[in-house]
Amino acid sequence: MIDGLRSLGAAVRLWFSPARVREEGTTPDYRFSLANERTLLAWLRTGLALVGGGFAVDQFLPRLHPGMRMTFTVVLLAGGALCAVRAVNHWVRCERAMRRGTDLPVSRFPSLLALGVGVLAAAMVILVALGWTR
Amino acid sequence: MATGDRLRAGPPAPDDRDPGLQPERTRLAWRRTTLSCTVVTVLAARQLAQSPAPGPGQVAAVALAGVAWLVFGLVAHRRMRAMAAGRPPGLPPRSALLVAGCTIAFAVLGAVLLLTGL
Repeated sequence: MIDGLRSLGAAVRLWFSPARVREEGTTPDYRFSLANERTLLAWLRTGLALVGGGFAVDQFLPRLHPGMRMTFTVVLLAGGALCAVRAVNHWVRCERAMRRGTDLPVSRFPSLLALGVGVLAAAMVILVALGWTR
Repeated sequence: MATGDRLRAGPPAPDDRDPGLQPERTRLAWRRTTLSCTVVTVLAARQLAQSPAPGPGQVAAVALAGVAWLVFGLVAHRRMRAMAAGRPPGLPPRSALLVAGCTIAFAVLGAVLLLTGL
């Protein structure tokens, strides 16, 4: 936990002085950097899809219980924002690892996201099955 | 000339194409991401258009969504043009921060609209 916070702090400092990434190590093959860039974009699309899902829940489920609708919307919007932050963080860490020639960073974020999306979908199914709508 | 020969022959000419089409794939990834951003912008605009009594809050929200979409599109456009080079330079960190910031701006806008009931 403490290590996690410390590495997060280092990563945030890195976002705001990005030239420091280029000070260390050697520039990797441009194809690796482009692959890393596409991964960043794929995560950004995931975040945008969650944000769009938040807007969609708010607009297209008018019969859902208002409290439930607000909960779903806020969770989806927050998840989308979190995905965007994580996308940049992971991109910076991968870029730095490639420059240093070390292993790429591992992350439990994809598993947590998959669990979260699964729980949301299951909750929606149960809500519809119970007819918990106005 | 086989790929192996080419890899041994040192750095290729600047206009030499990568056989894996990496710049093209990255350009298309930017295109897809811009389309995703456009869908979110349309959804945000739809939400605002449904407001029964438009006021300054709605105008400001529409302006914010429009600015976020424009910034996203401009960053993507510049990056897609950079992909025309045989060996594109790395993604500037500021561009990555800008597009992520636009995504977060949409999320914050959605939350504010929800909580203020605009």
